[in-house]
Amino acid sequence: MIETRALTKRYGEAVVVDNVSVGIPRGGVTSIIGPNGAGKSTLLSLISRLTPPTSGAVTIDGTNIASIPSRHLAKLLSILRQDNHFSVRLTVSDLVAFGRYPYSRGHLTPEDHQHVDKALAYLGITGLKARYVDELSGGQRQRVFLAMVLCQDTDYLLLDEPLNSLDIKHAAITMQLLRRAADELDKTIVTVLHDINFAAAHSDRVIGMKDGRIFCDGRLDDVFTTDCLSNLFEMEMSIQVWQKQTIINYFGPSRRD
Amino acid sequence: MVLIFLAALASGSTLAFLTIDLGQNWSYALGLRTQKLAGLLLVAYAIATSTVVFQTITENRILTPSILGFDAFYILIQTILAFGFGHLSLSRMNPQILFLLQTGIMVGASVSIYRWMLGGRKRDLQFVALAGLMFGILLRSVSNFLQRVIDPGEFAVLQDRMFASFNLVHADLLGISAILIGLASLIGWRMRRDLDVLALGRETAISLGLDYSRSVRVALFVVSVLVSVSTALVGPVTFFGLLVAHLAYRVAGTHRHAFILPAAVFIASITLIAGQFMLERLFAFTTSLSIVIEFFGGMVFLFLITRRAT
Repeated sequence: MIETRALTKRYGEAVVVDNVSVGIPRGGVTSIIGPNGAGKSTLLSLISRLTPPTSGAVTIDGTNIASIPSRHLAKLLSILRQDNHFSVRLTVSDLVAFGRYPYSRGHLTPEDHQHVDKALAYLGITGLKARYVDELSGGQRQRVFLAMVLCQDTDYLLLDEPLNSLDIKHAAITMQLLRRAADELDKTIVTVLHDINFAAAHSDRVIGMKDGRIFCDGRLDDVFTTDCLSNLFEMEMSIQVWQKQTIINYFGPSRRD
Repeated sequence: MVLIFLAALASGSTLAFLTIDLGQNWSYALGLRTQKLAGLLLVAYAIATSTVVFQTITENRILTPSILGFDAFYILIQTILAFGFGHLSLSRMNPQILFLLQTGIMVGASVSIYRWMLGGRKRDLQFVALAGLMFGILLRSVSNFLQRVIDPGEFAVLQDRMFASFNLVHADLLGISAILIGLASLIGWRMRRDLDVLALGRETAISLGLDYSRSVRVALFVVSVLVSVSTALVGPVTFFGLLVAHLAYRVAGTHRHAFILPAAVFIASITLIAGQFMLERLFAFTTSLSIVIEFFGGMVFLFLITRRAT
């Protein structure tokens, strides 16, 4: 369980995350949704110790992350960020192998290689192994980074807009992969999503954020109500259930009317 | 494979430098050449290593310690010491101890200043480059100013210390430089795998469990020691590091510092020794090595800048 207690992040006058206390239980997929500038990415950065908080604390399974050595924390929790841009030129297998760094500190053991191969196979990119990361398409690159994070073999996986720059096919594949990782590998997935239909299709729990605060938080069915979503995004929405899928229509009046 | 080839080339040029055209009084010439060679090797090593490590921790491949004024910093410290103590005490002082004192001040001050400059919330390469360039100019101007107002006698002593070049390596500092470089390298080599991770950037390094701020501090420490040594031995060299680091990235063909660092050192040694050799034998000292090297290094810098702009 990840918990935040009165977590606040201020940049000068601007309060980006404002007194947030929220709990994310173990297991399943939790989506963080909300309008631009709501503080979703910052919350994720704070939880993963990439950004130091102005005040408040984050605990993981009851221990304050500030008191966990970074090296140990890297075996509990991994994060995939939005922009992954390196000045170094790396092959796919080299990059994915970096996911083993918390365990091997750069000395790759046969076990590490097994983990790398397993992660590559899980994401179906074994064939890309020897390619350079900067020569791949956006969708391929996203899967390579996912493989690296999976390789880190942590209980908690935090993802900041993993569907960014993916076409609908790859977005769907990625979300199904995350769902599978939660179900089969027993991972706890926390992901920031912009497309609320993907959130509706694959998450167990939803946290809605607005203006740096928690707007709503709970099981998918409790949060995904017309009222709650319309207020969260400040726009008209209608929720329909079609073939057991919850579909949110936010496209406005139809041309066919 | 590449490393073996480079090592062979480096030892070849070393041998050629030492033996070719020794002349009658060979023991005297050999001693002189060995000293010069030791200086060149130390400088090659220091500049190559410091540039690669610096580029890794700043996540860029254009800036080098000297472009950001590290060496100007060293000269300023030297000038201030001369200004403060006066030439009498300075010239009476043991040069090794003076050197250690200067290096100590340099390391302490530069680690904190550059940590502040590089550690901002948003590490903007353009900001760092501009701030560093201005900072370098500021340091050089202050040094120049102090050198103008200083007592002529003190200036003469200072000038003697500062007028180092590839031809005129400060021999009395060779031993202590070698020790300092050895210590810095030991630290650097032990963190070679951490450097691989640092090159991926702050966020990735932290999420992989690296103690980021500590690693950067240690790396900056190593860089400051190395720059102090090379500046003390041969004076400021701006673009040489850039030149050899880039050749090393090309040749090594891997991200791993365990390969890049030795490759850079070998390339730097080959360039300096072969350059000095050709200068002495072919051009008969009509030009200076630093001019030639800075010319090519500057070309690489311009090439990188323009390529990045497009």
